[in-house]
Amino acid sequence: MALEHADVLRAAHLARLGLDESEAAHYLDDLGRILEMVDQLQGLDTEGVAPLAHPLDATQRLRADEVTETDQRETFQRCAPAVENGLYLVPRVVE
Amino acid sequence: MHDKTLTELAAGLAAGEFSSRELTQSLLARIERLDEPLNSFITVTAEQALAAADAADAARANGEAGPLTGLPLALKDIFCTRGVKTSCGSRMLDTFTAPYDATVVEKLAAAGTVSLGKTNMDEFAMGSSNENSFYGPVRNPWDLAAVPGGSSGGSAAAVAAGLVPAAMGTDTGGSIRQPAAFCGITGLKPTYGRVSRYGMIAYASSLDQAGPMARSAADCAHLLGAIAGHDLRDSTSVARGVPDYVEGLDAPLTGLKIGLPREYFGDGLDDGVEAAVREAIKTYESLGATVREVSLPHTHYAIPAYYVIAPAEASSNLSRFDGVRFGHRCEAPADLIDLYKRSRAEGFGEEVKRRILIGTHTLSEGFFDAYYKQAQKVRRLIRQDFLDAFEEVDVLMGPASPTPAFDLGANKDPVSMYLQDIYTIAVNLAGIPGINVPAGFAGGRPVGLQILGTHFAEAQLLNVAHQFQQATDWHLRRPALAEETA
Amino acid sequence: MQWETVIGLEVHVQLATRSKIFSGASTAFGAEPNTQACAVDLGLPGVLPVLNEAAVAMAVQFGLGIHAEIPEVSVFDRKNYFYPDLPKGYQTSQMYQPIVGPGEVEITLEDGSTKRIRVHHAHLEEDAGKSLHEDFHGMTGIDLNRAGTPLLEIVSEPDMRSAKEAAAYLKAIHSLVTYLGISDGNMAEGSMRCDVNVSVRPAGQETFGTRAEIKNVNSFRFVERAIAFEVERQIELIEDGGEVVQETRLFDPEADETRSMRTKEEANDYRYFPCPDLLPVVLDQAYVDHLRDNLPELPAEKRARFESELGLSAYDAGVLSASRAMAEYFEGVKDVCGDAKLAANWVQGELSGALNREGLAIVDSPVSAAQLGELVARVKDETINGKAAKQVFQALWHGEGDSADAIIEAKGLKQVTDSGAIEVMIDQVINDSPAQVAQYRDAEPDKRGKMIGYFVGQVMKASRGTANPQQVNKLLKEKLDALC
Repeated sequence: MALEHADVLRAAHLARLGLDESEAAHYLDDLGRILEMVDQLQGLDTEGVAPLAHPLDATQRLRADEVTETDQRETFQRCAPAVENGLYLVPRVVE
Repeated sequence: MHDKTLTELAAGLAAGEFSSRELTQSLLARIERLDEPLNSFITVTAEQALAAADAADAARANGEAGPLTGLPLALKDIFCTRGVKTSCGSRMLDTFTAPYDATVVEKLAAAGTVSLGKTNMDEFAMGSSNENSFYGPVRNPWDLAAVPGGSSGGSAAAVAAGLVPAAMGTDTGGSIRQPAAFCGITGLKPTYGRVSRYGMIAYASSLDQAGPMARSAADCAHLLGAIAGHDLRDSTSVARGVPDYVEGLDAPLTGLKIGLPREYFGDGLDDGVEAAVREAIKTYESLGATVREVSLPHTHYAIPAYYVIAPAEASSNLSRFDGVRFGHRCEAPADLIDLYKRSRAEGFGEEVKRRILIGTHTLSEGFFDAYYKQAQKVRRLIRQDFLDAFEEVDVLMGPASPTPAFDLGANKDPVSMYLQDIYTIAVNLAGIPGINVPAGFAGGRPVGLQILGTHFAEAQLLNVAHQFQQATDWHLRRPALAEETA
Repeated sequence: MQWETVIGLEVHVQLATRSKIFSGASTAFGAEPNTQACAVDLGLPGVLPVLNEAAVAMAVQFGLGIHAEIPEVSVFDRKNYFYPDLPKGYQTSQMYQPIVGPGEVEITLEDGSTKRIRVHHAHLEEDAGKSLHEDFHGMTGIDLNRAGTPLLEIVSEPDMRSAKEAAAYLKAIHSLVTYLGISDGNMAEGSMRCDVNVSVRPAGQETFGTRAEIKNVNSFRFVERAIAFEVERQIELIEDGGEVVQETRLFDPEADETRSMRTKEEANDYRYFPCPDLLPVVLDQAYVDHLRDNLPELPAEKRARFESELGLSAYDAGVLSASRAMAEYFEGVKDVCGDAKLAANWVQGELSGALNREGLAIVDSPVSAAQLGELVARVKDETINGKAAKQVFQALWHGEGDSADAIIEAKGLKQVTDSGAIEVMIDQVINDSPAQVAQYRDAEPDKRGKMIGYFVGQVMKASRGTANPQQVNKLLKEKLDALC
């Protein structure tokens, strides 16, 4: 499945990675070769094989519905780039 | 003191030959003196280390010392450590001080160990050479021209250089075993789910696993006992008792059935590496083991499957680094999209971006079935290969890496770099444990023997590795560091 | 041309768990910003989710309530997109294997007829935080307290054909989740939110028209209004030769219109994949059976029982079973007074009137079900008459006494049924009203019936309202007729 320049730009946009044209060209080359390597998978017949999401066939354990966390806003916001009145600030979101 | 194993240091502390403070001070001084060319540490936490050492000494004076009390070690900078910079080797987290402790960190502290600091690593654990760190490459103590392997390259180099007797690493596709092999130390990747991932910054959640890196299998056994176990905060950690990994180390290997995967001795394997590995296997035969060839027929699909699954998970795991709540944020963002795009473009390095792009692309509409689903199916086939093999043999053995440590800058092409992990990657896909044991040298650089067991066979792997280390002294060889030889 | 409207609803219900779906942080509403956002909710590096048992149980209870299939295995997936109120850059949801399979909800329309609306599935997911757009120097503030609150998203089939049906469906869901106690159903606080898919097609056409999705329509009334506007817009558009575009629209209740959300219109690709931090949820049959055995009586069953066992009219049964709070109140009154019909009249009459006047919910009623029950009991056993009962109710409402009996006693409202005492009062009134007695006597016999009202009023007044009106009537008639 050949990769095109537009695919790289699209992935970069979906992943919110700023990429200029020349960087995109550079990645196109790398990613193309990685996908070529990955494409070996297409040659394998997996008819009837169930996908494996986790290496162990374990099932989800459930947590009791208890409030165990206390307010740590001050600690958590110490590593935040921009806060005011306890809120994280971002450039205005247009609804 | 820097030449001793953890087990020896523990005995010295217990006998009162030296205090934890003395030991800690001596190693801190050694790091100060010798780490500059190696670049194995990102952060040295001298103050906290000395405080922890004093607490350990006080505990010992009160008769409250456990087997690991007062023993120094280092943590890969992927483990969140409360109040300490936790960078994951990335500019993205250069200013991030973790507000909480990873479970592994908590457990090691509870066992009384003394962390000397945070070791260098490939950014977000993506790499096989430790050349992808924002903090610069780590160099191999055996040869400064060589890479230490990755992604736990800082941990491996620090242990090999005698800066610290043990360090914690993480292994998603070989990131403990391959650097352990390149640096001539012992490194264990436990079964997926054996050690909690809570607080370990995620690369690929269904593959990541933490484990010990040290000078001997016995040391790894002590450390694994301290960090293993069920964690209520990690849904994927396994509720299963933790055996005494030290207890069984001395069991004889008579009758041990060793399988040699045909596919691990094929094209691309360095002659020197093969010779050292074959020699090691002869040693096992002399210890009473029997050897036979087995096949893992889907081996060559492991790297393609991994490079779908790991980047896909990573692309999602790394979305939280958006410049809003923590981490790097670009200057004066024009709008929200600019904030995201520039913060992430500036904060992530090239290899991380490459994997995010690959993962994003393969998960996209129209590609999901062909890539991700197919890779998951192949993952099942790969696991089945191992399960079938373990029906016939107790353990599998082979090289940890096709070559000894390569030179810095030697692998410019990402695909050829990825192919280096051919012997380690399938193990993560299958979730089984694996250990690297030093097994000689090729061209002056260490060679690692990889031993694989079935799920939860850590005790057996440690026993098998320990017996080899009772019969050989490869694990005791030390590089001659520049300043020491001068 | 005749047009048919086709509507499907996606209802997001916040589940009434104490802690979040994947963390131990509180879900309480109204806390200071970000004080209930723990490390997991913030998506700090290295944190991991652990699933809340109560969220699972509540989802299953809902499934049982709509007679849905409960699959043995359900799986969480990640829905990937960037938004500041979504801390991890993905929402943990269930795309491919939801916890609740196909089921159905019965709705009752205004004419009393019923209709079954099929539910496609319901899945668990985590709520996002909130963006606050007040001016922070041109910035938006993010509060992540709500992030990680468990949501059950209930997706209907496009089975509704009018705004009224859609509103009735939403009410039925509201009634069900509050009956089950799995949500407080508070739409004003966002505990229940609704996305509406609307399309139109020429009557008789098989294929669906192109639909528009109206986001966040958060009251029963708005659902009707938004659909009404949207249907009209689409019909006009088509009749003018235009075409409906598949898009997301926002309902503006002030302008009473829906508007295209063009700013968010870029093509999304959510890249769903199974969440590697969570394992498949496996529900064994015993667990599901246990939940089924412990389900409360649900609205439909309750309505049927009110009709068949209590003899209420279909209308009364519908009103009184519409919410769990209403039904519980009514049954409380009925149990104390022992008369379902009287209890129904009082709850729907005096009580509902008072609640409506003061804008109170039934749970906030100052008169408890036990108090009202005792009052109704005194009406039933004729201790007081209807007029006095209203006085007692007002006294209870205003807290002038703890019980109906105490108020009756204190105010001397006990009904006088002693005919001797009543006769004394009647004789007094007749003596005091010679003119009216004369008029009565002179009137044609068939007009006298109306004229007796004056005398009844005077006697009741003399008794301060406590005389038994039927007795007064009867005795007055006898005495006046004897004078003719």
